[in-house]
Amino acid sequence: MAYTAKAMLLLAVLGLAACNNPDRYGAGGPGGAGANGAGGIGTEGLGGPSDPNSVAYFNQTIGDRVLFLVDQSTLSPEAQTILAQQAQWLQSHADYAIIVEGHADEQGTREYNLALGARRASAVQNYLISQGVAAHRMRTISYGKERPVEVCPSEACFSKNRRAVTVLSMGAGA
Amino acid sequence: MNRLRQIFTAFVAVAALAAPAMMATPAEARLSITLGSPVVEPMPFALPTFVDEGGAGDLAAQISQVVASDLAGTGLFEQIPTTAYIQHITSFGAPVSYPDWQAINAQALVTGAVQASGGQVVVKFRLHDVFANAEFGDGLQFVGTTDSWRRMAHKVADAVYSRITGETGYFDSRVVFVSESGPKNQRQKRLAVMDYDGANTSYLTDSSSIVLAPRFSPTGDRILFTSYSSGFPQIYLMDVGSLAIRGLGEQPGTMTFAPRFSPDGRTVVFSLERGGNTDIYSLDTGSGQLSQLTNSPAIETAPSFSPDGSQIVFESDRSGTQQIYVMPARGGEPTRISGGAGRYGTPVWSPRGDYIAFTKQNQGRFHIGVMLKDGTEEKLLTASYLDEGPTWSPNGRVIMFTRQDAGGEPALYSVDVSGRNLRKVPTSGAASDPAWSPLLP
Repeated sequence: MAYTAKAMLLLAVLGLAACNNPDRYGAGGPGGAGANGAGGIGTEGLGGPSDPNSVAYFNQTIGDRVLFLVDQSTLSPEAQTILAQQAQWLQSHADYAIIVEGHADEQGTREYNLALGARRASAVQNYLISQGVAAHRMRTISYGKERPVEVCPSEACFSKNRRAVTVLSMGAGA
Repeated sequence: MNRLRQIFTAFVAVAALAAPAMMATPAEARLSITLGSPVVEPMPFALPTFVDEGGAGDLAAQISQVVASDLAGTGLFEQIPTTAYIQHITSFGAPVSYPDWQAINAQALVTGAVQASGGQVVVKFRLHDVFANAEFGDGLQFVGTTDSWRRMAHKVADAVYSRITGETGYFDSRVVFVSESGPKNQRQKRLAVMDYDGANTSYLTDSSSIVLAPRFSPTGDRILFTSYSSGFPQIYLMDVGSLAIRGLGEQPGTMTFAPRFSPDGRTVVFSLERGGNTDIYSLDTGSGQLSQLTNSPAIETAPSFSPDGSQIVFESDRSGTQQIYVMPARGGEPTRISGGAGRYGTPVWSPRGDYIAFTKQNQGRFHIGVMLKDGTEEKLLTASYLDEGPTWSPNGRVIMFTRQDAGGEPALYSVDVSGRNLRKVPTSGAASDPAWSPLLP
């Protein structure tokens, strides 16, 4: 159904815009996409970070992610500021579908961290909804501690891995 | 028929051997190790290379080596080097010269013979109580296919272990785990299965999607696991023989994970996350009926049945941090059993029913520990940068788990329930999330 169409569209977009976001990874997205999997979208050909209509602007200028304290899913004031801007942008760019990814650092057991990642993703989703983003455009996914962005055994990395990332893909509102 | 199926279904027949006519039955056995006693001096044993009774070739030495390695690997036995042996066993039927083995202080002597022809192997052994000048139990004979030779060796070792400790063994068993490769931020994971000692690894999935935390069914013929193959974490059930996979309990818009079988194999308990909240559910695999067992805004996960199927131990952070609770198998008011400092997760009920193994996090360190089912007698068995996810040997005497040192790769380790005999389990690469099978038939 609509889901399949979405996935195919996503593949097409990935095909033309090579992914240059180092944080993206292969996770076998809903469309079974390969190395650039779960809903990632590149920035090339779609405008740079200074173009307010670009995904790069969303990802880098607004910021596509918020960070959390150890074992917490509460949104800090800084996180709320970022999410409010995300929400504003998302409302004026209604074509994008949204997957909110929740992640945890490696200082936790695997299954608990999956649940914790889901809590974080849900906290972001709920905040975006409260700021007016339509719920039907969003889905959440937890990666637990499976997909760190930074790899080192210290808080310098852990703090960046305790995150929720708002990932955009084309073809939401249709 | 794939290789794995052969490994699981290889027919190993067992028969008692008649005792040699002049052999006296020992009046009282003195060859004994009491498991769980605080101090264990390893029992010295001798195991001369099994005699080739025709066609065995290298197999005789290989089988002997696996038997000796199983026994020594427990930390309960210590092999006397073969160079010290005085009597050279060249015939399985020839009388044993006990004074020769007493002279080198062998408490136990295992003699054996191997015969191979037409894809079939026959392994015979006898266990001797050297200082009683007598055989200890009847000789046994195992018949199986050539490619199940390691299983026959494990069965010999299980029989020796069982006679001396009075408890069932665990050597003829398998471990399913997650084989890891690639950089940690783009980790590739596949399900793999191996003998308990790290031999005979086969891969059950490719690495196209993340897979987590596999668990065997009570009969070892099915494996539950979590996979991202749909794009979102969901639980799946694999038939070990055919490798066929089907989804379980799919609920649109939810994440399911942490599955585990009931002891009768009919029910699967697991975590289901909806809207950021994770509770424990059970699924009747026959009728497909789904029941919710916990209902709280906290994270409830890692459920594990008691061996009699009447209770479920799980973790919840309803108190503010991860702690361990026990509830009736059909749900109901849980009782918190963990009470020490730190966070407690991944509880797993011992197949003996006595202990619950867990992961504990405290002051930046991870531990594998055990406690009684009422939470008393907590004992930490290990400590490291990251130890997690205990699984019990089929006899409840050994725990395997994942260890990752700071900045290092995850690997599988095992430790005695007493805290002794910490050993790394050899795997061909990084490995995590081990789950032990039952003893194979």
